[in-house]
Amino acid sequence: MRRYVVRRVLALIPTLLLIYTIVFFLMRATPGGPWDETGSRPVFPEIRENLMRKYHLNDPLWKQYVDYLSGALHGDLGPSYRQRGRTVNEIIADFFPISLQLGLAAMVVAVGVGIPLGFVAAIRQDSWIDRGLMLLAVIGISTPSFVVATVMIVVFGVYLRWVPTSGWSGLFSRQALIPLFALALWPLAAVARYSRSSMLEVIRADYVRTARAKGLKELAVVARHAARNAMIPVVTITGVYLAFVVTGSFYVESVTGVPGLGRYLVLSISARDYPVIMGTTLLLAVIVMIVNLIVDLTYAFLDPRIRYE
Amino acid sequence: MNERITTESSVRARASAAMSADQLAALSRGFWADAWKRLLRNHVAMASLGFLVVLALAAILAPLFLPHSYERQDLLALYASPSGTHWLGTDHLGRDLLSRLLVGARISLTVGLVAEFIIISIGTVMGSLAGYFGGWVDTLIMRVVDALYAFPDLLLIIIVMSFLKAQFGGAVAGWLMPLAALNKALGGLLGVFIALGLTSWLTTCRLVRGQILSLREREFVESARVLGARPGRIIRAHLLPNTLGPILVAATLGVPNAILLEASLSFIGLGVDPPMPSWGLMISEGVQAVQSYPHVILAPAIAISLTLMGFHFLGDGLRDALDPLLKR
Repeated sequence: MRRYVVRRVLALIPTLLLIYTIVFFLMRATPGGPWDETGSRPVFPEIRENLMRKYHLNDPLWKQYVDYLSGALHGDLGPSYRQRGRTVNEIIADFFPISLQLGLAAMVVAVGVGIPLGFVAAIRQDSWIDRGLMLLAVIGISTPSFVVATVMIVVFGVYLRWVPTSGWSGLFSRQALIPLFALALWPLAAVARYSRSSMLEVIRADYVRTARAKGLKELAVVARHAARNAMIPVVTITGVYLAFVVTGSFYVESVTGVPGLGRYLVLSISARDYPVIMGTTLLLAVIVMIVNLIVDLTYAFLDPRIRYE
Repeated sequence: MNERITTESSVRARASAAMSADQLAALSRGFWADAWKRLLRNHVAMASLGFLVVLALAAILAPLFLPHSYERQDLLALYASPSGTHWLGTDHLGRDLLSRLLVGARISLTVGLVAEFIIISIGTVMGSLAGYFGGWVDTLIMRVVDALYAFPDLLLIIIVMSFLKAQFGGAVAGWLMPLAALNKALGGLLGVFIALGLTSWLTTCRLVRGQILSLREREFVESARVLGARPGRIIRAHLLPNTLGPILVAATLGVPNAILLEASLSFIGLGVDPPMPSWGLMISEGVQAVQSYPHVILAPAIAISLTLMGFHFLGDGLRDALDPLLKR
């Protein structure tokens, strides 16, 4: 087991390198540059030439590739092209905490509410509770986050005037409820569905019947025997949702005016702000890989039958 | 997986030496016929299937009969409310919303089915190979999966899409030419297929691999191996049928997910090319004036939610039908 962990941690290195390479070359191979002339703001050729030289964009591609990589390894993600005088590190420090707070809160809500709801639905299979919960879950999965956010803004912001239509004033303000709900709804519903179907498979297993036959109370059967195995598929899927949520849904953030990293990142993609794209992507990749590693380890812990040679 | 299918497979494994291929086929046909019968009894699933068929027919046929073209502008009726002339009203350019909605349905259904077929095929093949053979095959495939997985999929799709859009849109030469022409003929859909296909097979792959990893140690697989079945046959005849449930659940979430991703891409202008209507594009156009003209956003928002719900209910019904023990 320890060897497996060490191997997985070491494996992060080539994986990160691969991601860096993919992003680097895809972004550079895409026509259009950070100082393309837009109709409203002409850029003189001399100025563009100086900018290109300042940011080493005239260097051979391999040199840019190596230079940026060595900078990143020393914790320097380079200057932003779009916001002159600011570094990518500063931008991430500004925008990421908000996305992280919002994302973690949404994930806690999704898992904390989704798993119990799914288990309850499975245990009361075919009752009106089950049908009602699963109908809600399907509606939750079927409604895109940008539709949820927009509709909530119209209802609660425009008609009822309970909250401002956009902006951010901390996680524990009334304003945060709309982005939080819009971000959590989809993973919550999906977690509930997965929890239900996996509990349904487990609850008919022989060992659960044995537990009942021993005379254990229903709660003990479900909580101590069924839930552990029913969690396995849910855990594998939870990693995906965490990745989805922590990176900050661009849509929720932009529709609700939350100044998070997700929204900033997509703006950077259309502006070809290479260092911001690269730095943010690498940061998110590291986070998601660590989460996935933890998920895999939990997987083996929950189901000892799974072997890692 | 559940007991009945497992027993059936082990019976098949034991019997495969004695039974002819025809008999085996009959056995599995019986299983699928049973499943179809069970599906017919599921009212929610059948209603969803009905809805999706009607939607598909409407999408294919209606634009032929509709009085307004989806791209023609009625400049005297910008943001018109629903009326006798324009049943759902018009958008900010005075285009008929009903026509755009139905042509948008073509896009969504096409994306959902074609992209998901590509995704499930790649994911199943890769997952089976990795799970069954283990060793360096597993390491290689899962390293690629882990690397791509570490990417938030939407971010990867956005990067691939902006690359493809620029490549297909600019001055194209050489081997890209026919692809770019096809992409243009499809209104930008080819790029969407490529981006989704390259990035979305990972979940299926992991799921199939995980299932096969825990199935391959079972007795019925061992007995098939002892009887001399080749790896290809063990995967096809013994492992994949037992994995069908989870694959179907994945596809259940997959078709609507592909539709959702296309809508999300179009919402930020990276999906289909205007004036081709997509529900995501229509919603993003509606957001601009949502406080004054909510009817513009309402129709595509309801349409996309209903369509996704239809696929989810149908998939759930399929799962229950194929997995009879789940329903007592």
